[in-house]
Amino acid sequence: MSEIKVDKELDLSGLACPMPIVQVSKEIKTLAAGQILSARTTDPGALSDFPAWAETSGNEIVRVDEKGDGGATFYIKRVG
Amino acid sequence: MDNLNHLAEQVQALRKELDQAGQTGQEDKLSMILFSGDLDKALAAFIIATGAVAMGLEVVIFLTFWGTPLFRKSEGRALGKDLMSKMFGWMLPKGADKASLSQMHMAGAGTQMLKTLMTKKNVASLAEMITLAGQLGVKVYICEMSMNLMGFRREEMIAYPELQYAGVATFLAEAKKSKIQLFI
Repeated sequence: MSEIKVDKELDLSGLACPMPIVQVSKEIKTLAAGQILSARTTDPGALSDFPAWAETSGNEIVRVDEKGDGGATFYIKRVG
Repeated sequence: MDNLNHLAEQVQALRKELDQAGQTGQEDKLSMILFSGDLDKALAAFIIATGAVAMGLEVVIFLTFWGTPLFRKSEGRALGKDLMSKMFGWMLPKGADKASLSQMHMAGAGTQMLKTLMTKKNVASLAEMITLAGQLGVKVYICEMSMNLMGFRREEMIAYPELQYAGVATFLAEAKKSKIQLFI
């Protein structure tokens, strides 16, 4: 898989619900359409919450790297 | 032919339903009544509210009855109240930090345990969630009648950015336009 060019990195480690989606929804607005935001989470709930958030807010998760600690790094493309 | 008629009827019924749906609940908005002053329920309400903003919804919370004291300041008192109002003032919690659990309160031990756990697990406190909601533009209406009944004055309430005082019609007008309505 080719490397994804990340425009902004976000570390949401240790944050609990609803903070990860609150933060990611704030940060994605600082990007231009087509740019990529990476977000590292440790909250296991984020694995289902991020796709639900992306679908509702109309953004696109281009890749999810699950980590061993229950968390993941999400690569989110700002759409529109 | 019968089948066709049946289908036509169904289409008619569906169209009617669609027309009615178009008149109400169109806005990407969440309207919530927070009736409870319990720590656990209020926490759920503000987690849903802030999460909803992240999902792109506009959020309105209507604080009524036991929910009203959640927005009291922790310090200070208003002078010149009658006896009943003073008694309500003494008996009801002074703000979000004083709210207790709806279950397992155990004379304060349970509530304290939960608060310790929340800090340990990095879950935001109710007061922090309320501050965050304010920053995110969650609008809060406090029920004017509850204020009046419990003898609360506006100067006893916290400085919240989008705080207004209103009655049931204000809530219903918001709720009617909202896609989601909750009662907590």
